[in-house]
Amino acid sequence: MRVAVVVFPGTNCEHDVVHALSLLGADPELVWHRDEDLADAAGVILPGGFAHGDYLRTGAIARFSPVMQAVEDMAAKGRSVLGICNGFQILCEAGLLPGAMVANRDLSFICRPVDLEVTSTKSILTATATVGDLLHIPLNSYEGNFIAPPADVKALESDHRVVLRYHGENPNGSTNAIAGITNERGNVAGLMPHPERATEPVLGSTDGRVLLESFVASLASVPA
Amino acid sequence: MRYRVFITRKEGLADPEGATTGAALRDLGFDEIHGVHFGRIITLDVADGTSWGQIEEMCRKLLANPVIEEYTIEEA
Repeated sequence: MRVAVVVFPGTNCEHDVVHALSLLGADPELVWHRDEDLADAAGVILPGGFAHGDYLRTGAIARFSPVMQAVEDMAAKGRSVLGICNGFQILCEAGLLPGAMVANRDLSFICRPVDLEVTSTKSILTATATVGDLLHIPLNSYEGNFIAPPADVKALESDHRVVLRYHGENPNGSTNAIAGITNERGNVAGLMPHPERATEPVLGSTDGRVLLESFVASLASVPA
Repeated sequence: MRYRVFITRKEGLADPEGATTGAALRDLGFDEIHGVHFGRIITLDVADGTSWGQIEEMCRKLLANPVIEEYTIEEA
């Protein structure tokens, strides 16, 4: 099953994502942000980085890249769409996920592993995990502090669409310690930490595998 | 002609830059500080006759994120 891994100018985690997906038996392919046709891809990942330099707001310019129409079409069709870190920010700017990311509470760039708790399995990101699982995965962001209007936060919580939460310390001040969310259908998900950086023992953790395995497993059942 | 757009975080939503700067001002003894709110000013040079409505559309589409931000426009 082909997975499109989108490269914007400034994306810098695409090769890590491709490597991790290959380990899990998926068929990833890098796609330039000007490509408009993702027709045969069962899923798409927007990797981390600094798309378009993060100018204006993170993801604000990337959401108008030509590839994003295809990403929106895939989301509407029920195919799997995952945003990691900067990719999560882009999905929020595009309106495919609610809320937005702002500067970390302490105005520091955070680059270290954090503990996450799986809080819902109703998503392509967490379907093969178990609620209550604790995952140790690197976080690498300055604007990782999730905020949203109160009504949106309430809806996320009551619909069990907060799929990952920081466990123990809340590193960046994120609302309700939210680290990852999904849309109502469960086929679009985003998270700030980097699961692709926790997929082999040599990296210090393999806890990211279950999240990417969920994504890969979802590809088998996506609508054509 | 020239327009200026002022973009600010919606009241009640987290503003870490504002909170940190407010704390710094209080540390300096400015006890009268109750809140500091960050935003940005964008100056737009546009063709003569460009309407307020066109500037609003630019704000809605790109310059502001309506989920978390508000904007005001003035002709400069």
